[in-house]
Amino acid sequence: MEILVCVKRVPDTAENEFELNSAGNDLDRDDLVYSVNEWDNYAVEEAIQIVDNAGGSVTVVTVGDDESEEVLRREMAMGANNGVLLSDEGFEGSDGKGIAAILKAEIEKGKYDLILTGAQADEGAGQVGGMLAAMLDYPYASLVNKIEVVDDAVIKVGREIEGGNQEMNEIQLPCVLSIQTGINEPRYVGIRGIRKVASVDIPVKGAGDLGLDAATVGDAGAKTRRVDYFVPDLGEGAEMLEGSTDEIIEKLIEKLKAKGGL
Amino acid sequence: MTQIFAYIPFKNGSAEDVALEYPDAAGKIDPTASLTAVVAGADPDADAVAQEMVKTYKEVIKISHPDLAYPNAELVRKALTDALPHDAVILVPHDTFGMDLAPGLSVKMDAAYAADIVDIEGLDGTSLKMIRQELGGAVYTHVTADISAGAVITIRPGSFAPTEEGSAGGTVIDKSGEVKDLAARRKFLEVVVAEVGDVDITKSDVLVSIGRGIEDEENIELAQELAEAMGAVVSCSRPIVDAKWLEKSRQVGTSGQTVKPKVYLAMGISGSFQHLGGVKGNPFIVAVNKNPKAPIFQVADVGIVEDILEFIPELTEAIKSQ
Repeated sequence: MEILVCVKRVPDTAENEFELNSAGNDLDRDDLVYSVNEWDNYAVEEAIQIVDNAGGSVTVVTVGDDESEEVLRREMAMGANNGVLLSDEGFEGSDGKGIAAILKAEIEKGKYDLILTGAQADEGAGQVGGMLAAMLDYPYASLVNKIEVVDDAVIKVGREIEGGNQEMNEIQLPCVLSIQTGINEPRYVGIRGIRKVASVDIPVKGAGDLGLDAATVGDAGAKTRRVDYFVPDLGEGAEMLEGSTDEIIEKLIEKLKAKGGL
Repeated sequence: MTQIFAYIPFKNGSAEDVALEYPDAAGKIDPTASLTAVVAGADPDADAVAQEMVKTYKEVIKISHPDLAYPNAELVRKALTDALPHDAVILVPHDTFGMDLAPGLSVKMDAAYAADIVDIEGLDGTSLKMIRQELGGAVYTHVTADISAGAVITIRPGSFAPTEEGSAGGTVIDKSGEVKDLAARRKFLEVVVAEVGDVDITKSDVLVSIGRGIEDEENIELAQELAEAMGAVVSCSRPIVDAKWLEKSRQVGTSGQTVKPKVYLAMGISGSFQHLGGVKGNPFIVAVNKNPKAPIFQVADVGIVEDILEFIPELTEAIKSQ
């Protein structure tokens, strides 16, 4: 099975405390720690496991700048066979549909049975997979937490729905799936693994290589735009307990007793 | 005039809560807009829900087809693409069904897309300004969408004020006949119901709930000792289940259990909306987190900025010595 996994380099929510810049309209990006989007690691792990069982190859692709190459190498260190970087100044400012259109152009240059994305990324929209599927006219399932290969033409997938229940579907290939965390346990990538793929050639393709009209992608083609970042005044919030740890614990125990927690 | 259509999700013949939240969202988009509820499903449920909706909506479109008995997003997308005008604004809930349906619907409608909207500031010409969150709720953003050729917007359930079910006395328009071929390459098989675990966290009045801040599987023991000292039960947020450190039945959140305790201790939990969506009944929430900017502090009653790995054992000792 030929599998393409779409990945993204994002600010790491576990490693950063997000602050606004001095103008108050963007994040202060100077010291941000970036990593591969958490959901994408599960998608790559799933692709590798499918290929281990059914044969084929795994390609990882991202739309981004030069620095996005590092997330492709990380996923190749996990075991992905190939990486492709889609990069062009004209791609900047793309909305979800712009990103999906760029990925579609690359997908149509290859022949893939299965296309995976993370269920969501830093923006939390969870949009690119569903858009890509609709543009390709492939079937789609989101929030996938189980994949069972039936044969060359059909797979069974489980979707995570409300209440921890699982919706089972049968889907014809080729298709697009967005992968939910918890579907597997992504393998650890060590420094040695990264070194092994450090010199592997990763092709870079721009709008011209992909045959894309600049007016349909990037800021020019975007119907949806982010205007600014802000932190709203949400009122008082919690009563913060302060002092030494002993003092805090004393106050907390009093409150827990009053509220029936002890 | 802006035309707005609200997709009504339902289960067992009864509309979900978001059905009463759309009117507030629609009014914020354009107070002069027409608002129509859209009920797609199989009769008799679709008919029952359409009749329920005329109390709140002046106009209700019903799309009934035997193949829509289970809401398979691929089929619903085809039905909506056939039956609705492509230059309208379509509202969909940002839940596991909406995430399946809406991105592809926006492509087929050739409309703008905006996801997981928590508030709406309004229209300026054809530019609609809205509010959403990024980075797991750590920051908010304003986004604009050009709705001149239509828009698909998913709204976060619970973010807009529910309207009272009134007596709108609306009419049902049956558009079942406009639906063409519903063949799809994705077939719904069944829903596998979540397994019941060893402990039912929904029955406990006091929950010690742990998140990423627990850092390592072996530290879970710390939470168990605290829970034991308090006569409480250990629950958790999603990353703990993803790591297979606790079973799925212990997970609080929209994709896990809905709990209604009296006291909820959120230990090392940042407080994503998916997690908080599973905490109901207005419990007394204590949040302990080493990040003073964690979103959980906005919803907690009491907040403590400490590392839970150091704080929990001290709290356990103090409670034991009482």
